[in-house]
Amino acid sequence: MSDNPNNWPLWEVFIQSKRGLDHKHVGSLHAADAEMAIENARDVYTRRQEGNSIWVVKAEHIHASRPEDAESFYDPADDKVYRHPTFYTMPEGAKYI
Amino acid sequence: MSMTDVKNLEELFQAKIDAELKIEPKDWMPDAYRRTLVRQISQHAHSEVVGMLPEGNWITRAPSLKRKAILLAKVQDEAGHGLYLYSAVETMGTSREQTIDDLLSGKAKYSSIFNYPTLTWADIGAIGWLVDGAAIMNQVMLCRTSYGPYARAMVRICKEESFHQRQGYEIMAVLAKGSPAQKEMAQDALNRWWWPSLMMFGPTDANSPHSAQSMKWKIKRQSNDELRQTFIDRTVQQAEVIGLTIPDPDLKWNAETKHYDWGTIDWTEFNNVVAGNGPCNKERLAARNKAHNNGAWVREAAVAYAAKKAKRKQAA
Amino acid sequence: MSNALFTYTLRLADDLLILSQRLGEWCGHGPVLEEDIALTNRALDHLGEARNLLTYAGQVEGKGPASAKATAGPRSEDDLAYLRLERQFTNVKLVEQPNGDYAHTIVRSFLFDAYHLPLMQALTKSSDAQLAAIAGKSVKEATYHLRHSSEWLIRFGDGTEESHQRAQAALDNLWTYTGELFESDAVLEEMTKAGIAPDIAAIREAWSKTMDQVLSEATLKRPADAFMMTGGRKGLHSEHMGFILAEMQHVTRAFPGVEW
Repeated sequence: MSDNPNNWPLWEVFIQSKRGLDHKHVGSLHAADAEMAIENARDVYTRRQEGNSIWVVKAEHIHASRPEDAESFYDPADDKVYRHPTFYTMPEGAKYI
Repeated sequence: MSMTDVKNLEELFQAKIDAELKIEPKDWMPDAYRRTLVRQISQHAHSEVVGMLPEGNWITRAPSLKRKAILLAKVQDEAGHGLYLYSAVETMGTSREQTIDDLLSGKAKYSSIFNYPTLTWADIGAIGWLVDGAAIMNQVMLCRTSYGPYARAMVRICKEESFHQRQGYEIMAVLAKGSPAQKEMAQDALNRWWWPSLMMFGPTDANSPHSAQSMKWKIKRQSNDELRQTFIDRTVQQAEVIGLTIPDPDLKWNAETKHYDWGTIDWTEFNNVVAGNGPCNKERLAARNKAHNNGAWVREAAVAYAAKKAKRKQAA
Repeated sequence: MSNALFTYTLRLADDLLILSQRLGEWCGHGPVLEEDIALTNRALDHLGEARNLLTYAGQVEGKGPASAKATAGPRSEDDLAYLRLERQFTNVKLVEQPNGDYAHTIVRSFLFDAYHLPLMQALTKSSDAQLAAIAGKSVKEATYHLRHSSEWLIRFGDGTEESHQRAQAALDNLWTYTGELFESDAVLEEMTKAGIAPDIAAIREAWSKTMDQVLSEATLKRPADAFMMTGGRKGLHSEHMGFILAEMQHVTRAFPGVEW
């Protein structure tokens, strides 16, 4: 990225649109510090009442998995059908299960 | 990496695209794909930000408080859209600073339409109706573009833009059924913005050498000419409804193709504006440079203060 | 009574309308994209509040016996914004001051916000239900505005040497316009007596406290209360006002009586 120390760092923004829901990544922005990042997020990403709560995190602090690991990471879950409730046969007539 | 490796990666990459899988920032991608996108998305971002200028200069002059509020909200949206798009460019490893430097130095391009002046209030209507209308055609297509962050930015933008075209058309409709002087103002604005709006879709398909590759990569999904024709077909009807005349004597419904036939774009004018000789190219760049330079001490102060605060926190 | 209420409401409205007009000039020219957006939010908030107040002022006037337009129905927000002359605007001179550099813009807003927030808080208890309702909505916005301008002022004051100097210069330049915010006259006295307007001395106290708090954190010097400008409430403005209105009103005035 740019070397100029006067550039504001990049922040990733997560917004909870309604109490009880997950915070969801909505985009990013620049700000000199966390406080400003939260306010900028409010001004940039909640202009249409999209927000109830805001999280910001400096982009450099996010660590991501590598796409080339995708197969070894996620495919092994393929054959573990018994993790899903639909795998099981319930006796006819049983309720609330 | 050997040539065969790259070739394999390219095949894998294309296979993903063909399977309608989105490309994400950390995925391998051909250099040319990255370059094309960085160029296209930054141009798009610059267009949003430069586009604030011709409309912004009417905020203080909007003829009613309701229109003033709408225009403020709209121009503010453009700033937001520029921001979303600069962020999408950053996912490809190009900082906003770099991207903006290219704009300020005149190296990067932006949509030529914003090099035309807004001379009367009706121009604000015409921009919303025609310029945003043309832009939306492109943007709706780009919601399905193959690069994930770009597509996501476009989804957000399209959602927010939906009122932009409508507010413009409403301005025109009100003017068109207003006093004779108002109607004249509306017609004059349509006359001046019509052809530049058609130019927004870019060169004809025959003269658009990069288009085929962009379509193959699913960055684009419809050709310039297809989008332009759809825009014309829709807009002619809208003009009729409000009683304004499209300034094209060759415009005629073609029952066979089920499209309007229309005249020819003055590509000399287009090339001139692209080359920097539009009515306002210099003013637009000067305004962006001025804002950037005048803001330098502000940005610096915020960084200096953040550093001091962090230090104090550490010491405490 | 309704004359005083009309005038009082109009004063509240004019401050916000003219400040919004000034802030609107920044749109597209801000120091950084994020701040451009933030500033426009402010302009929109002020404009929204001004519109509510203008509409209400028109209604108040329409009911009054002295209304020149009583027969033609109450004056609309646009009538009041676009068809009054310089001498009929009652905003304080502070809000009509030019944007200057970003320090001037922030200081101007800070001086105003620190007055506006306690005013709106107190107005929520106004005996006039309509003003209380408008203030109720406004308090939330005003809280955010004061936070925004205070934080920026602290950043400037405690930022770089240049930003400190610019902030101090802006403060020194604009301080002379703050006396007007707390002036009293027959209109205000009548409104206060009726329980419609809050006690302006209490607003001044709250304002002064904010000044001390924020300026000290910003390491800025609070200017001495020397000569204070006056006149705005009586329609005696700076020369800037004519230009603001010329720009704001020219289209509307060029096409009298039409819809937009």
